[in-house]
Order: sequence, then C-alpha cells, then structure tokens
Amino acid sequence: MLFFVARRLLYLVPVLIAVSVLTFVIASLLPGDLAYVILGDQATPENVAALRHDMGLDQPIWLRYLGWLWHILQGDFGRSFRTGQTVLQAVSERIPVSFELMILAELIGLAIGVPLAIACAAKAGSAFDRLMTGSAFGMLSVPTFLSAILLIYLFAVELRLLPATGYVPFTEDPVANLRFMVLPALTLGLAEWPGIMRVLRSDMIAALQEDYIALAKAKGLKPSRILFVHALKPSSLTLVTITGINIGRLIGGAVIVETIFALPGIGRLLVGAILTRDLIILQGVVLLVAAGFVIMNFIVDMLYAVLDPRIRHGHA
Amino acid sequence: MSGALLSVEDAVVDLPTPRGNLRAVDHVDLAVGAGKTLGIVGESGCGKTMLSRAVLQLLPKKAKLSGRVMFNGQDLTTLSAEKLRKLRGRSLAVVFQDPMTSLNPVLTIGTQLIETIQEHLELDLAQARQRSIELLAAVGIPAPEQRLAQYPHQLSGGMRQRVAIAIALSCEPQLLIADEPTTALDVTIQAQILDLLAREQQRRHMAMIIITHDLGVVAGRTDEVAVMYAGRVVERAPTPALFKQMRMPYTEALLAALPKLDVAPHTPLPAISGRPPDPTRPLKGCSFSPRCRYSAGRCTTEKPRLSPAETQEHLYACFHPIAAGVGA
Repeated sequence: MLFFVARRLLYLVPVLIAVSVLTFVIASLLPGDLAYVILGDQATPENVAALRHDMGLDQPIWLRYLGWLWHILQGDFGRSFRTGQTVLQAVSERIPVSFELMILAELIGLAIGVPLAIACAAKAGSAFDRLMTGSAFGMLSVPTFLSAILLIYLFAVELRLLPATGYVPFTEDPVANLRFMVLPALTLGLAEWPGIMRVLRSDMIAALQEDYIALAKAKGLKPSRILFVHALKPSSLTLVTITGINIGRLIGGAVIVETIFALPGIGRLLVGAILTRDLIILQGVVLLVAAGFVIMNFIVDMLYAVLDPRIRHGHA
Repeated sequence: MSGALLSVEDAVVDLPTPRGNLRAVDHVDLAVGAGKTLGIVGESGCGKTMLSRAVLQLLPKKAKLSGRVMFNGQDLTTLSAEKLRKLRGRSLAVVFQDPMTSLNPVLTIGTQLIETIQEHLELDLAQARQRSIELLAAVGIPAPEQRLAQYPHQLSGGMRQRVAIAIALSCEPQLLIADEPTTALDVTIQAQILDLLAREQQRRHMAMIIITHDLGVVAGRTDEVAVMYAGRVVERAPTPALFKQMRMPYTEALLAALPKLDVAPHTPLPAISGRPPDPTRPLKGCSFSPRCRYSAGRCTTEKPRLSPAETQEHLYACFHPIAAGVGA
C-alpha cells in the first residue's frame, strides 16, 4: 500500500510540471504587453522598454518560465501590480469561500443523488425509476444561472427566508454564513445530483445482474444487505470519480454562481484578474487551481484502492 | 413421490423473448430423497440451469414458472419472500458454475462466509469466525485463518470454488445444488472438487443435485441421473441402471461424445450432429428427432412421453429405444 501511494505521488511530478508550462505559455500568449497594461496608454516607448527590462519581459520565454518556476518553488507566486497583493494572499483570502461552497454543493448533490440512485436501481424500470431518470435529465439541462434566479425569486423575494446576495465569514458568524451559503450551494447541488444519480444508478443496475448478487440472494441475505453492501460497494467507484471531478472543478470556483450571489471566491478573483489584465494573479491562480485539481484526482485514486482491493493489489 | 426431500412436479418455465416465448423447462418431474444424489445432465441450453433456478426461486423477473416445487412438504412457489429467504442458504444451498464471478470481488472471504452464518445461525462474531475457519479447513483450504482477510482475486479458481462450497455448506443445508461446479475449472482441479462435494455430501448426509453436461461427472457420484434435452427430461434412471443400459438415443449420443483415452490418435470425436431445436419454435414430434439416427415414423409427428419401461425406476421418452444389449 505504501509503495502504491509513493508511486502515485511520483506520477504527480511530471503532471504538475506540464501544468505549470501550459499555464505559463498560455498566459504569455495572451495579447497585450504587460508593460503597456501597467503604464497605460500614456506610456512612452522608453518607459515601456525600461519597465520590460525591469520585469525581465525582454528575456526569452523559457528563461522567464524558469525564473517564474524558481520563485514558485520558493513560495513566491508573484504580486498583483494593481493591488500589490501577492497571489498567495489573494487566494488564501478567497479559497475558504469557494471551498465551503464546493463542500456544501457536493454534500447536497450526494444527499439527493445517492438515495435516489439506490431506490431507482432497486426498482429499475418502475414508474418511480422512469420519473426520476426523467427529472434528472431535465435538471441536467437547466443552466445554473436559471436555477439561481429561480431560487432567489422563491426563497429571497417571495418567501423572504434567505438573503439573495452577500457573504459573512464562517468564523465571524456561522449562522449568517450558512444563511448566505444555502442558495448558492443549493444552486450548484441541484446541478450536481443528476450526474451522480445517473452514473450510480446504471452502475448499480449492472452490479445487480452479477453472479455474486445471485449468490447473495441464494445465501438468504436480507435485501437491504444485498443492496447496500453487495451492490453499492462495487458500484461506488465511478461515483467517487465524478465526485472527485466535480470537486476539482469547483476548486476553480463556480464563476457564475459566485458572481450571481456576490460571493468573494476564487471564481470572482479569476474573472476580476482577466477583466483587469492582471496576468500575474491570473497565471498564479490558474496554476494553483490546476494543482488542486491534480491533487484531487490523486485522492480519488487513493479512494479507488480503498474501495476495490483488486486495484490495491495491482490486479486491475 | 411422497417422502422425497425435494420434488419438482410438472414444472414449466417460460421466458418471454423478443422472438417469442421461450419454454426453457417443459413439464419436468423430478425428486430427490434426503441424503440422495441426483445428476441432471444435458448440453448447453437444455434448461438444466433454469430448472435449478426454479428450485431456488431465483428465476429472472420476467420468467414465468408453473407447477410445484415441494421442499420438506412446503410448496416453494407459494412461499413468501421472507420465508424463502430464511430457507435459502440455511436448508437450500447452491454452488454456481463460475467461482470467478460468483464471489463478490470487493468483500473478503471472511465477510462472505460470516455474513451467511450470522444470517441463519445464532452465533456471535467470534463463533461465526471460528466456524468459518473450520469450514475452510474442511473444504481443503490451507492456512484458513489467513484466508478470511483475503479477497477472491487473491485465490486461484479451484480455491475460490472451495470457498463457494464452504459458503454453501456453512449452515448445514439439507439440499445442495451444484450447478456445473467444475466446468470453469482446470481438468486437474475438477476431480478434486467433485470428490470434495461427494465426501461432504456423505459426511453431512445431505441431498445433492449435480448439474453438468458431462456424463462422466455423474457416473460414479450419483444415485440417480436425469438426462435433459430441449427443456424436457428424456431419460431418468438409477445411475447403475442407466450406465448398464441406456435406452434413449440422446443419452447414448451424449456418452459417445465424451473423449476417450483408448482411441487411436486423430480419430474424430463422435459429436452429435446438428444443434438443439430453437426453444422458441417447439417441434411437434420428439425434439431430438432431427438429430437422431433412429428417427422414423411417428418420431416427427408425436411427442413420446416419459414413461417407465422394464423397471419402474427407469423412465425414458422414446419410440425407438435402444434395444437391450446394444448401444454405446
């Protein structure tokens, strides 16, 4: 097991290097010279040349990449030329917001999706199953901005139960924090459950056809044990995969939802950086988000091994 | 058929398919006494597995079963799901064909044994664990205590089938159904598994049904043999009587199709030509008639009934039985 973990960790190194190269190259390919952005349209060519030299922008791209990487390895991701904030400061300020949103959204998605999937698989082909698969398909086609507006209308405007926009840190006032988080998390969760439900449902239906389920029945086990232990455990691999991908995706912030609900998360940091051409913040944040995604996938791999002994023992 | 532990009476299994109704089991009568062994022999698709699933009441949802399955005086077809569940694994156990797929890949051997024991017997975890170790030792698994923590993929096919047998034996069942228990195994392992089943059957005095396509498997190990073809029992006799004098041409052909060691190399195997009839298009006459070398006259127009001949125990369904003293 330790060997397995170490090997997977080793795989991360080339992936992370590739991610950093791509991030840097793409940021460098963006049109517009950083020096012009900083100096504005009043800049003289001499000023621009001087600033480019100061910032090292006149050096070849590979040299600039290595310099950037060297600083990153020392924990220096750069600093916004606009606010003077470092990338790490900006991210650490906003990550709790996106992180909390992601956890809550995923919990809501799982809380709706998993029980529905099990119920549908147990009664595959029934009216209930068809109704639920149909609703899942319907929900899958509703964009988040639409469900966000509908939820705001229902809970904030009509029922006046929850605030529509705003944010208070959890450490300041947990209750107020959760009240602000309910609607955005629900918006995302409603988009997450259909995928979770459909994947787990089809995996469980497949598992229920297996010989070992027939044997479990022939052993006289209770239907609940057959469903929750014999069928659910081998079916949970893809569930872990899509939950991992969802979480990875949400690490980058839910741009639309954070914007609608005015949450100061990573998504809005990124959008702000793009709009103000704050390239240093942009490439730093993209790199951190991509690294988070890669690490999330590593955790998913580890969970596979926990769930399926065949992977753990290298038989898969 | 009174006094039998299990008796299947006039069982019919129909499966709806896109091509029409498929009659997998066609008016079958069978019985096994307590402590006795019955062999059911037939080629793939003859309905033997469907028959065993009908006994266990584990037919596919769409299948329709009519007739009675009497076990210990109760009709299993009318029993509630909960009562059936209490019977399965406890009094009525099964070993499936392929041990690669019949054990759950993500649960340990120990879990799969202990859950069965604890479901049916009033034992605490430590006792159930102890019993599991004894069972694994009884079916010839070395280092049984370590096996409990292992997963199926860590064991060979033969070992897995031994685990499946240990699970089946775990609650001292009255009847064990072994559905092609050796088909998926290496030849060298087959005899070991069959001998293990026979030994445990005798030791525990349980009834056993061995389902196989191989007459050689049932030859020395059963009290009675039923030969199935196209969903019907076509010949049924006490094992010694059957091998002494088989009457149904299909049985003879099945025996002739077994490879033998004493023939010259490169002699073609006397395979049964043709295929079994399409079960969705039942024949009017004897279903074996298109492939039978004795077929003549009413064989193609009338179905022969399974009836006793010289002795009450030897039944066969044939208009032109192989005469005494002739045949393979």
